[in-house]
Formats: sequence, C-alpha cells, structure tokens
Amino acid sequence: MSPLLASSLASRFEGVVGPEYVHTAQNELEKYQVDGAMPAVALQPETPEQAAEIVRIAVEEKLSIIPCGSRSAPAIGSVPSRYDLALDMTRISGIAHYDPGDLTISVNCGTLLAELAQILAEKNQFLPLAVPFFTRATVGGAIASGLDSPLRHSYGTPRDFMVGAEFIDGTGAQTKSGGRVVKNVTGYDFHKLLHGSLGSLAVITRLNFRTYPLPPSRRGFLASFADETAALAFLNALAASFLTPTVLEVMSPEFARLFLEDKSPVASLRLDSQAWTVCVGFEGTSEVCERYGRDLAGLARTAAAQNAVIVHDAQFLTMLEILREAPASMRSAAEQSIVFRFATLPAQLPDLLRALRSFANSSWMPPAVLIRSASIVYLALLPSEADESALKQVAYFCDSVGSLRGKLEFNPSLLFCPPEWKSALNFSAQAPADLDLHRRIKKAFDPNGTFAPGRFVGGI
Amino acid sequence: MNESIISEFQSCVGPRNTLSRPEDLVLYEYDGSVDRARPELVVFPSSTAEVVRLVKLSVKHDIPIVGRGAGTGLSGGALPRGGGLMIAFGRMNRILEVDYENRRAVVQPGVVNFDLTRAVEHAGYYFAPDPSSQKSCTIGGNVSENSGGPHTLAYGVTTNHVTGLELVLPDGEVKRIGGKLVEPFGYDLCGLFVGSEGTLALVTEITAKLSKKPEAVKTLLAIFESVDDATETVTDMTARAITPAACEMLDGWTLCAVEDYVHAGFPRDCGAVLLIEVEGIAEAVTGQSVGIAEVCKAHNAREVRTAKDDKERELLWKGRKTAFGALGRLAPSNYVLDAVIPRSKLPQALRRVLEIGKESGLQIGNIFHAGDGNLHPLVLFDPRDRSQFERAVKASEDIVRYCVQIGGALTGEHGVGMEKSELMTLMFSDADFALMRRVHSQFNPTGLLNPGKIFPMGKGCGETRVRVSPLHAPVPA
Repeated sequence: MSPLLASSLASRFEGVVGPEYVHTAQNELEKYQVDGAMPAVALQPETPEQAAEIVRIAVEEKLSIIPCGSRSAPAIGSVPSRYDLALDMTRISGIAHYDPGDLTISVNCGTLLAELAQILAEKNQFLPLAVPFFTRATVGGAIASGLDSPLRHSYGTPRDFMVGAEFIDGTGAQTKSGGRVVKNVTGYDFHKLLHGSLGSLAVITRLNFRTYPLPPSRRGFLASFADETAALAFLNALAASFLTPTVLEVMSPEFARLFLEDKSPVASLRLDSQAWTVCVGFEGTSEVCERYGRDLAGLARTAAAQNAVIVHDAQFLTMLEILREAPASMRSAAEQSIVFRFATLPAQLPDLLRALRSFANSSWMPPAVLIRSASIVYLALLPSEADESALKQVAYFCDSVGSLRGKLEFNPSLLFCPPEWKSALNFSAQAPADLDLHRRIKKAFDPNGTFAPGRFVGGI
Repeated sequence: MNESIISEFQSCVGPRNTLSRPEDLVLYEYDGSVDRARPELVVFPSSTAEVVRLVKLSVKHDIPIVGRGAGTGLSGGALPRGGGLMIAFGRMNRILEVDYENRRAVVQPGVVNFDLTRAVEHAGYYFAPDPSSQKSCTIGGNVSENSGGPHTLAYGVTTNHVTGLELVLPDGEVKRIGGKLVEPFGYDLCGLFVGSEGTLALVTEITAKLSKKPEAVKTLLAIFESVDDATETVTDMTARAITPAACEMLDGWTLCAVEDYVHAGFPRDCGAVLLIEVEGIAEAVTGQSVGIAEVCKAHNAREVRTAKDDKERELLWKGRKTAFGALGRLAPSNYVLDAVIPRSKLPQALRRVLEIGKESGLQIGNIFHAGDGNLHPLVLFDPRDRSQFERAVKASEDIVRYCVQIGGALTGEHGVGMEKSELMTLMFSDADFALMRRVHSQFNPTGLLNPGKIFPMGKGCGETRVRVSPLHAPVPA
C-alpha cells in the first residue's frame, strides 16, 4: 500500500476508532508483524460495531485484514499472501454474562485467559482451555489458533465446551451461532468452524462457554520407563482399565531434560531424565484420588516402570503448567526451533513415533517429543545453527514425513518455524483432501477474501 | 410424479425398493411430530452409489429430496415439505467396521442407534447418544438432527461423538470429511454437517466414537411433594457443582400415567420425581450419590431410593424412556416440545409452563432432561378438534417464546425442522440468516435438498423452493 493511500485510509479509520487507536508509525506496526509481513495500518476498535465498520471499509477498499488478540502466537499458520490491516481486538474485553449457577459464561474476545481463569476461580469454576501462552493469550486468540490443552483427555476441545459465538463475517455483518445454554441444536453450528480457523473466516467478538466446577482435589502420577515401548504399554493398560484420568501425557527423555529440570517443585521429584515419563492427572474426592494412586501404581509396576511418584495439588498444578506451555517452551528452546504437531490414531502412535524419531535422528537433530492423550504428538527439532545445512536437514525431515502418507493415518502441521524457512519448507501448503469443501466455507463466510489471506491450510 | 419418472427411479434401486402407491406413501407422511407432508415416491437404496444415482436423477427432473432414517424425529426434519422424493436409509443398515483399538465404529446411516451399542457392549463399549427412541431411531437421523438423550448431560450430543462422515452433495458428488482421527485437518466440517438437518448433504456413512462402559452405575429416584422442590434441587445441584451422568424430571401427573403403563413402582401421590444417574469408578459413584441425596433432602425430598440392581435400574429407565408412549394413551394426540433454558431458571420456567397449560385449558405433562435445562413439555390434545389443535400450537409457541426470552434456545436435541422454522426469528437476525443462506447456497445451491427446513419462509434461500404437493395433507385432516 502506498504511503499516501495509507494516510488517507488512516484518517478514515480515525473517524471510526479515534486517532489514538489508529497506528501507522513503523515502530508500532512492527508489533503486528506476521511472518515478517507488516500491515500498513493497525487498528484497535473498542466495540464490535467499530470492528464491523472497519471490515466494511476494508471490503469497500479491497484491503486484507488479519485479526489478532495479544499476538502471543502469530507465527501459527502459513505466510500471509496479503496483509493490509491489523485488527487488534484486545480492547473488546471483559465478561459479558456470567451466572455461576448455570455453569456458563459469555466472554468478550479480548479478555485474557488468565483473567478469565481468575474470575471463574472466585466461583470455584474453571474453563478447561489450558493452552500455551496462557498468561498473555486472549480468549479469541486461543480459539482462533486452535491450540489444545492437556486437559483435553477428559474435557475435550472447544468443540465440546464452546456453546456459542458472536463474530463479524466477511461482509462486515455482526452475526452469531449457538447460544448461552449447554445444550442447543438451533441452526448451523458455525462456532465450531471458528475453532482453529486462524482468523480466516470471521473476526470473533464474543465466545460462550460451558464452565466446570473445580474438583476438590487434583493430583498427578508420574512414572518413568526405560523406553517408549514400555511407556506406551502402560498407556494401553490404562486405556483398558476403568480409570478416566483428566491428563495423559508422555515426555521423551529430551523433553524431560529440557523442560523438567530446574523446575521446582517438580525437580525435587528426581525424575530420571534419561527415561520416558508418563504424566497422568486425576481429580475428585480423597477416596477417588487414593483409588487412582493405588491402581496407577499397580499398572506401572506391571508395565515395568523404573520409578513412580504421586504429585499432590500444588506440584500437579506446576506439572500441568509445564505441559500446558510445552509447545511454547519447545519453540523458545532454541533460536531456530521448529515445532511440529501430528494428530494420529492411538493404534498407530507407536509406528508414527518410531518413524518420526528415526527421521529426526537421521537429520542429526534429536527431537524433543510430547505425546498428548495418546493421539497428538508435539515434536521439536532444535538445530544448533541457523544455516543452510540446518535448513536442508529440516527439509529432509519434512520430506521424510511426507513419505509416510498413505502408510500411516495422521494429520501433520508445522506449528512454529523461523519465518524465513516457512516458505522454503512448504510444509503447511499441504491441502486437506476435502479442500473444495473448505473453499466453499471460506467463500460463504468471507466472499471477498478479506480475512487472513493465505494463512490457512491449502492456501485459503 | 409421472410413471416414466417413477420407472427411472425404479431402475436405480429396483422396483421392489420403491413405493409410489398412495396407500404406501401415507405411511411416510409423518414422523414423531404433529406435521404431515406426503412424499410422491419413497426409495430404499442399499449403497452410496445408488444414492448418487438417485440424487442425479432428482436434479435432472428438478425433484426435491428428503433423507429419512426411522421417522422418529420430532421436528418434521424428515418430512418432504415440498413433496418429491424420500430417500429412506433403512436398507443401508450395516455396521461396516468396529475398531476397538481406536474406539471407533464405521456405520451406514440406517443402523439403529441401540444396535451399535448391542454390537459392541460385549467388549465393554457403547455409543453414548441415547435418545428415548434409541431402539428404533437411526444413527443417520441422529447425525442430521444432532440428537441428544438423558446422558448427554455428561457426554454431549451426537456431534461430540462423530469424527467422520461420507456425504453425497446435492450435485451427486461424494465427499469424505474427517475420519477416525480425533481432530480434523482444516475446518471442523463434521461440526457443521452434524445437525445441519439434511439441508447441506445426505450422509451415507458415519465414523462414530465408541465410549467405554463405566465401572459402576447408580440410579437414584428422588421423590418430591412439589414440582418447585424438584426444580430447586436441580438448580442447587448445578450450583454445588454436582454433575451426574443424567438428571431427568417427571411431574406427578405424568408419573401416574407412566406407572399405569410400566409398573416400575413409581409413586402415584407425589408432585415430581428426579431420576438421577451417576457413573464412574466405584468410589466416585458412592461419593456423588451421597452428595445428591443430601441436596435432595435439603429440598424436602420425601424419599431418595436407590435402584438395588440392574433390573430395577432398567425398569426405572423404561418408565422414563416410554413416558411419551404412556401419555399417548391418554389423548388422541400429543405435541412434544423441545426447548432449552439456563439451568438456574428451571423453577420459574416450570411455573410458567404450568400457567400456560392452565391458560390453554389443555393438559401439559413434563418429562425432561432437567440437568441440562432441556424442557420437553408434552401438550395433550385431540387433533380432530380444531380449537384444541390451535390451542395446543399456541401454548407450545408461548412456551418456546418464553424459553428464548429468558436466555434459552429453540431446540436442545430435536432440531428446527419444519416445526420451528418460523420461530427462528426469535433467536436470529437478518444478518445471521444471510450467512446461513450463503453457507446453504454453497452446498445446496438448487435448494432441492430438504427444502423448507431451518429457514423461516421469508428468510430462506431464494433458491429454496417449497413446492406444495397436491398430495400434501394439511393438519388437522
């Protein structure tokens, strides 16, 4: 966009949000970078009506918009093909409606997850959306990014507890789906499409959730195993039992070395950092927790655990925080760290894991791995140098992953990667098999292609 | 529909798998709701390939299509509002694959809900959505309407248990979305298509989650002198963060009718009962039952009984699940409503329902999913009496309007269908409809697929033609 056009537009936007919330200075715009691309103007509306007006102007002027929250994870997604306006939604914050007796809450998009957690905790409730960047992330951003939570093992993903949404579609209209009640099949479930849509369909303005009572006690069970085969055997034995844990994660030795050491109070547990560690979370009354402790210890013994320990509430919450932040920690573990995420089937997890680790080792980059709920694999490659040869090694890994297609069932995504490598790796350009249906959804929501062009899978 | 077109359809599925005589078609003009609409031809395909041929032929002749499972729906979703072709999935009733390792089953749409549970229960699994009609309704129908049931309080509705679908689009194209994986690659298309009421595509295969049976189950029957005490108990349980697997309420009048029918030992002299179920490991079940009994007693429960064995448990549930049938013996017809309210407003909502009953001069029974605020007032009436019919419709509308007004929703599990399409304006604005219309047009541009559903007549798709078939019999007859 030419400086002249930017300045004339800026004055038009000033009329909508006020001059102090229209940013065109270089140092301000840098904050809104997405994969190295900078917008011409950044805007901070105070109300959904103002945001809708901005969208209408953008449509009229054929400008592209990337909506954002607190910009804690803008690196997720493909490199944008266009980026004219940054639509910063953080000023539209606060609780719109909360009746604790209903176990539902309606939250404006810019509310921080941490603030929301505090408000719910005052009423002895919580939202099982324990996602990375938790202290900085907004509710809207957390939903749009599609990041998941270690609590998904029992509480599911937002598709299970998000009951409605308000948003601005690509025509600038303020629309909605769902409602504020826990059970509702009225109309199309559009809010489900918004989860993980990376701002490509609509600008989220408000989200409605089902909330959950805080359990009387939350504990964890950590067991270490000599290798991944033993750890996965323990997972299978657990799946065959009647236990229904809230958290089920497996850490590779590299992950444990990087992220568990020095973390008090977990460090005091003296976990074996050469081993594969399984973390099981459970909750309930003291009788329930005691039963879990007993049964888990028995299962661990049968699966030849080297070591096992129960962690109580405070320690467990620290553990949960480590697991919650794992993808973010993986990203910041090295200058050029590359974090992949694979969704697979429990039955194919052993084969996928073996293949991925073997590819990584062949690339001379021992991977840090976290397995979530027996079906999601987070894997970080941590090259020591940011040079051409490192890029080649990563490219080799990506190609090798590609060769698994058709042999194993999995969905891969490149979660974090240095922006200058993203296009070269071309990993996110993989299209889903039903790309045509995705395009139809995009066309209906955003007929002019205003929102986040190029950011979503398949170049949407 | 003329004979030559009928014979073209017959050539797709064979003459034995089509019905076109009026005396046959009359059996397909209704579902579990009060509306009626007669198809001009009913076909029973046995494969996706046959469905594709049927859809292409319909497009060629510009004939509306409606899919149908067992016809147990309660919102007219499977009624051919525009006449035309009904594709009945009863013959596509095979369980194609059971994958215990990944806890998935792949089924055809005509598989009866409970048959899936029956097929996997020996291994300790079940299919969680449990509509009252689960012994006859099909999984394809559950997917279309996003059906629920008593245990959705803990386990969610159909959409929470479906990970993949095979679709036939209205142009005859076959698409697969999702699969066995826990989450989709890209947009959550299953999230959109489940509950789209057959207006975007026909579903020809479903990948469903299998749930593990719990270690222990306990069923409690709490007996109250008044409806208020029972509803206050539910509100208090929610506030105290007690979440049973199911929490159903039956009012005293309904209970008498049920007891006459099933002889389950329900009291005949109470104001209301709560049927509460807790599940999980033994220690959790014991702890929760104690907590529930305490709350019930705090709200003047006369008695809290615990089913002593599986037989007694099943009998109590039989009473709940056949309650609508039991009430059917008391009047020539009944109208089952489905609306949701915020749970904290349960006592006031029930009081209003009883008032509306008095105003209308009709008997209204209440059997519903109290735990998640999903009301099912049942209005008894005689459809041959136009005044009664009109009062029943008005009372029902008044109840639904009130539910939406206090922050609720039009439907919790039955769907909008043709029953509530005109009421959609209570919840949605012109802008909301505009987006729904654009999505609808992307998948069903000709509007031939299940016309006249979800959208109110004035707000629907320009292309959604609702042809009034000469065969269409208005209600009351």
